[in-house]
Amino acid sequence: MDFLDYAFMQRALLAAVLVGVTAPAIGIYLVQRRQALMGDGIGHVAMTGVGLGFLLSASPVWMATLTSVLGAILMELIRWYGRTRGDIALAMLFYGGMAGGVMFINLAPGGSNANLTSYLFGSLSTVSQSDVTAICLLAGFVVLVTLGLRRQLFAVSQDEEFARVTGLPVRALNLLTAVTAAVTVTVAMRVVGLLLVSALMVVPVAAAQQLSRSFAATFAIAVAIGVSVTLGGTITSYYQDVPPGATIVLLTIAAFVLLTALAAPLARRRARAAAGGLPAGDPVECAIPASREAGGKVGV
Amino acid sequence: MTEPVISLRGVSAELAARPVLRGIDLTVARGEVVALLGANGSGKSTAVRTIIGQVPVSAGEIELFGTPRRRFRDWARVGYVPQRTTAAGGVPATVTEVVSSGRLSRARFGVLRRADHAAVRRALELVGMADRAKDSVNALSGGQHQRVLIARALAAEPELLIMDEPMAGVDLASQEVLARTLREQVAAGSTVLLVLHELGPLEPLIDRAVVLRDGCVTHDGPPPPALGQHALPGHDHVHPHGPIRTGLLS
Repeated sequence: MDFLDYAFMQRALLAAVLVGVTAPAIGIYLVQRRQALMGDGIGHVAMTGVGLGFLLSASPVWMATLTSVLGAILMELIRWYGRTRGDIALAMLFYGGMAGGVMFINLAPGGSNANLTSYLFGSLSTVSQSDVTAICLLAGFVVLVTLGLRRQLFAVSQDEEFARVTGLPVRALNLLTAVTAAVTVTVAMRVVGLLLVSALMVVPVAAAQQLSRSFAATFAIAVAIGVSVTLGGTITSYYQDVPPGATIVLLTIAAFVLLTALAAPLARRRARAAAGGLPAGDPVECAIPASREAGGKVGV
Repeated sequence: MTEPVISLRGVSAELAARPVLRGIDLTVARGEVVALLGANGSGKSTAVRTIIGQVPVSAGEIELFGTPRRRFRDWARVGYVPQRTTAAGGVPATVTEVVSSGRLSRARFGVLRRADHAAVRRALELVGMADRAKDSVNALSGGQHQRVLIARALAAEPELLIMDEPMAGVDLASQEVLARTLREQVAAGSTVLLVLHELGPLEPLIDRAVVLRDGCVTHDGPPPPALGQHALPGHDHVHPHGPIRTGLLS
């Protein structure tokens, strides 16, 4: 446990835990709405913010938050209004965001794509005290929304049409989901990087689904997986000198594979238990009715 | 007479610039059970979806409980059962979790209290699904899933039930449960607007039938007697597609 003596590792572990909680917490609603790759799109848009941060000598974390929130709102608006050309508009937004990031960072004095790399793939060991403050504030917002409004977000993500008839402010909740996803992307940016963020939003949820039958259990298991892999990945990268972002994502996928392998016998056992609940001699339906047989004998 | 529960006057609506409703009038009085009939593409689902605000209206007026729909906020009085295809999320959810979301219209800030949980349990008992409360909705049959969606609508204890094709793809046992549930609701004073492909097992419950054809009302009165094959006892098939061929509509 000697890594706990280093201030940079303390900051890295704190940031890792916060990402482990927040990414699956908002990711579960995106998966429920079948928008699993939205996080990836927001990550692309956030690059413009990082570039702008360097160009304007502002905090890249806060600039990325600003642009990704604007980008997420724009995506939600495109989903409402753009029916036929929606996907083309989204493609322009994503790649425009990425190109903007590369352009701005190269325009910044002394800036180059090398600066961008730490945001694209994460750079846990360089997380500063002010980064940690920003990450804590943003993560607090994400937890507040995803837990505090869980029933409303569940209803809207499950069945938007029905949610409208229960009087829920569907559009506002959709926007809030998009904004929260954008905030989560910037929380995770320093830990796993913008290009790998989406994996932490989606894969823990997919892994949790292998075991769970309820939304609540899926949420809890996904967050538990998220925290385990971000902590595990961070500590592994300390001892093995491997990139933390990639380690975390590979560990998440390993967790998915492991749980899928474990879930198959579990599902079989559940099915057997359910079948055990039926009365004995179940195949009655398929047997020849006794009365007809008896009638036949009489005829002979 | 008190004000109608649902009132549509000259309502027109378009989907993708194609006129689907061409000025329909529809009134449902308190305690009435009205069936909205018509072939596929006649506009019956669209009519219902304009009432709940899912489809914008290009002309005409809609009132719910005497309030213009745009200003209507008392959604706890309305229970809606959408066509079954709309409610499938990408994450597992239990029967209780799905039905609980129907209670949100009565819960302040989305916090469910003891009375709310009791109402959810009652709704599940009404449709005979209380023993499946903790099961995943993905593990249910079509008919059981439909019962869950009806329980979700009943969880708010609404005065008005709006159901879009509640019998489509539902097995016979579930159809009977649904008919019984509806009978109990009507006996308790509920108002019901049903979109149906054919009257089927709900026929004895229905006070009035409104028939749509190409976005216009072509019949508004007592439920028309079924003709041809549809009149045979035990006839309960559900047409998944294609124009309906009853004596009434063809």
